[in-house]
Amino acid sequence: MLKNDGIITPEELTPVLPPLARLEKGPVAIIECLQDIPCDPCVSACPTKAIKMKEGITDKPLLDFAACTGCGLCIPKCPGLAIFVINMKHTAGMATVSMSHELLPVPEKGQEVTALDRAGKVVGKVKVVRVINPPAYDRTAVVTVEVPADQVNNIRAIRV
Amino acid sequence: MSRNTEVFVIGGGPAGLSAAHVAAKLGAKTLLVDDSARVGGQLIKQTHRFFGSSNRDAGIRGITIADKLQQDISEVADRLTVLENTAAVGFYHNKEAGILSQNAYERVTYQAAIVCTGATENSLTFENNDLPGIYGAGGVQTLMNVHGIKPGQKILMVGSGNIGLIVSYQLIQAGVEVVGLVEGMPTIGGYLVHASKIRRLGVPIHTSHTILKALGTEGVEGAVLCRVDEKFQPVPNTEFEIKCDCICLAVGLTPLIDLFQQAQCRMVHVGELGGLVPLHDSSMRTTNPDIFVAGDASGIEEATTAILAGRIAGARAYETIHGKSADADAIVAEAREELRTLRSGSTGERIRWGRERVLKEAGEC
Repeated sequence: MLKNDGIITPEELTPVLPPLARLEKGPVAIIECLQDIPCDPCVSACPTKAIKMKEGITDKPLLDFAACTGCGLCIPKCPGLAIFVINMKHTAGMATVSMSHELLPVPEKGQEVTALDRAGKVVGKVKVVRVINPPAYDRTAVVTVEVPADQVNNIRAIRV
Repeated sequence: MSRNTEVFVIGGGPAGLSAAHVAAKLGAKTLLVDDSARVGGQLIKQTHRFFGSSNRDAGIRGITIADKLQQDISEVADRLTVLENTAAVGFYHNKEAGILSQNAYERVTYQAAIVCTGATENSLTFENNDLPGIYGAGGVQTLMNVHGIKPGQKILMVGSGNIGLIVSYQLIQAGVEVVGLVEGMPTIGGYLVHASKIRRLGVPIHTSHTILKALGTEGVEGAVLCRVDEKFQPVPNTEFEIKCDCICLAVGLTPLIDLFQQAQCRMVHVGELGGLVPLHDSSMRTTNPDIFVAGDASGIEEATTAILAGRIAGARAYETIHGKSADADAIVAEAREELRTLRSGSTGERIRWGRERVLKEAGEC
């Protein structure tokens, strides 16, 4: 369980997963922030105001899946590196996962990297399809990797 | 030699810098001393993005917040003197204190003092805990993030509070292998997102475990860990060895309070705040009416709340000398509201409880 070992279980993840109908429409964010902590940069990061906190800053973020465009601007703003964007409409059988990456080296587009799951276990080799790393992101690169569709909620880190 | 100032701020961390900035901005002649080579306190070691409200520095790296605070104080340089490499060494009667820089001792005469001395690191008792290669987490951060020196190649982290989790992450960023994290409690103490960050990079988190001893003769070669029961007693036959060349202790902080005791401030023991703290009211004034406190010295918390408490102390210290001010009131009201929000919710429960106890003792609630 998350609070014992840092690994989010599938049951713990369910409430923050987008509904299937939304996944079929293209990229969407998953905010894996499951604890009431005093933090809110994701709220102001969202250009469509899709992220809300009902009870104020110490509440968990709530994502309006219909309003989320999957743009990913919230990813590098999260101090917990807990926001991912998944795209199930990539190519047949394949999906993409976009995540924060704050380790050197920063991979390049087209590079093959090792995908890791929530426990740091090697899942396999995946291809980097996009790297966004402008000065405004202040050294938190957003890396998108192409993954088998059934691994989209399992792969959460890369080793370059 | 002697110096004369209106407000005397001891400690140039987030609390002290904010207190000095506010006091000087409102119009008080202010002197700030810090015993390190560069002001900024622990912020200069913080490479991670801060939590908190985006109205105030959340999402920004700690080191950038230190730069911002330094920029703030440079704007009031005509009223604020900053002495680095200078330690406050004692309070005397008649609003006098002693400061010691490289080789010179000076007396400071002040009208109000704000003590922001921060905290010291706790240690842990286990066999061989004096071997070379066993560090406090603050020491590891200083080596790694201030001086660019890796403390070792394979490190074991003890303690799962935010400091243990964040320093583990910084070690991974620096290219050090974190072989595991040990926590006596059954659950992770810090923010779970920080725990997930290191877990998915392969760091095993051993909750309900403790370190029994460090292995090695000339330096650390490994550690023996074991499970603990609900009373934190080792469970027999659960020992296992882990190889490492370095052990990092992140087992809490204790407020640094010597100066308050010297100034005869009344102290109160509040476990939730890290131990003995000077009794203070909501203006951050201690029982010695000329002495204020802010930051970890008033109870262990974190940088954003230290900044806010520093602003309150700076504003009230100014008023002690120059009388009531609407500007000071506005700063205090704003900071109090932000503190209230940041300390709300379940993660702020212990702090709220501890703070309430201090105010109750001070007769405020």
